[in-house]
Amino acid sequence: MTEIEIVDRINFVLAEEFEIDPDRMTPTALFKDDLGLDSLDAVDMVVVLEQEFKFKITKTEAYQAIRTLGDLHAFVLARRAEASGG
Amino acid sequence: MTHAYEVAITGIGLFSVLGRTPEHIAKALRLGRSGIVVDPERSALGFASPLTGLLPPSLDDPRIGRKQRKTMPDFAFHAAVAALDALEMCGLDTSDWRNDESGLVFGCDSSCLAAVDQVSVLQERGRTELIGSGAVFRSMTSSVTMNLNTLLGTRGACWTISSACSSGGHAVGQAFDLISSGRQERVLCGGAQEVNWQSMCGFDGLGAFSCRVDEPTRASRPFDKERDGLVPSGGAAALVLERLDIAKARGARIWGRVCGYGFSSDGEHISVPSVNGLARAGAKAIRQAGLTPADIDYVCAHATSTSAGDAAEAANILSLFSGSRPAVSSIKSMTGHELWMSGASQVAYCALMASECFTAPNANLENLDPAAQGLNVISEALGRPPRNVVCNAAGFGGTNSCLVLRF
Repeated sequence: MTEIEIVDRINFVLAEEFEIDPDRMTPTALFKDDLGLDSLDAVDMVVVLEQEFKFKITKTEAYQAIRTLGDLHAFVLARRAEASGG
Repeated sequence: MTHAYEVAITGIGLFSVLGRTPEHIAKALRLGRSGIVVDPERSALGFASPLTGLLPPSLDDPRIGRKQRKTMPDFAFHAAVAALDALEMCGLDTSDWRNDESGLVFGCDSSCLAAVDQVSVLQERGRTELIGSGAVFRSMTSSVTMNLNTLLGTRGACWTISSACSSGGHAVGQAFDLISSGRQERVLCGGAQEVNWQSMCGFDGLGAFSCRVDEPTRASRPFDKERDGLVPSGGAAALVLERLDIAKARGARIWGRVCGYGFSSDGEHISVPSVNGLARAGAKAIRQAGLTPADIDYVCAHATSTSAGDAAEAANILSLFSGSRPAVSSIKSMTGHELWMSGASQVAYCALMASECFTAPNANLENLDPAAQGLNVISEALGRPPRNVVCNAAGFGGTNSCLVLRF
């Protein structure tokens, strides 16, 4: 998967899981204030991302620092790069 | 209590094995049509009885979003659908419920499948973080009221009563008490019951279920001499109870009134009902309603089609109505035993009968059990509506609920 495909996939699964209008899924969108997600949604975000991308998400500093959709894209891309040794 | 307010029924919602709409359900009740089927999976799993009530499909409902659905087991979804139907019927908008005077009381005594599911997911995925956010809310018996509170924004009473098969009856009774005493102006109440084999396997193991597999629709036969056990069933029933003066002032349709609620417990056996518990509750309820037993023209019996239970209820009814012979029928002859839901659904079914001017039969009654001799159990629908009604519900542990309704 290219980086663009991965980002599209992240947006797709989150839009599906949380019933978010895809037009609102911009990189600067804040999960809480712009997308209306809460702490319970954060639990399910881990579940759907792990199921989708097959890597383990632990509550590292990098994960805790995620505030925007763009932050999440970067986090997932970095984890995939680590996993593939890149 | 210095003043008792009168309490009106202004909305009804049902998710029943007899159907989804009041019209459909009323027709089934009038015709004595059964909602019981054979579930072959139960036989394969080692159940003694594969019989169960069959609910309509749980299609998505546009009024309930995906996020809300995550925290709802099926029975809470059914309760939410029934509740929203009842709300629409009563003519109150959801904004009318967002205040301290509006509450929720439901009856429910299990959320077995959700508990089983979360364990399976943990074993499959290996970390609790991957169970998902909804499991904890789905696996509580109070799932119905916690979800409805979030969905509707009510700000008054919000709790679930667990008292086995009298849960729904006590829920309606307590809702009545809360309004009658002036503590709430309106309460959305009812009962919900999961329908899945996981929640029923232990009960099946008691040998309490009917094994009349060749005639599923005739398996539930309360008060019949040839009855051989109950048929597990479920769904959800919701009722809007409202202070009568407020309901009248806003021009609401009054389906009927709840006029009395009596409760008692047996203090005897954990599963065998006593010969006087329901009668003691009934006497209290009738007295509170300002009536005498002779005024009651219909008893909507708890009778589940078990040998011991029906005989005990017959003894209770005979002693309570020693000088009169009200019509008696058990709706469970058609629905099967809706368990936690049944005490509330009986109220909804009675309101439909009153509205459609008939009294539902005790289906499948061919030969009255000797223990019920003297009871006026009606094997065919009566072409007259019930007027002054007693609704019985009894649960494991010997907990009894009796409601008096007037139409």
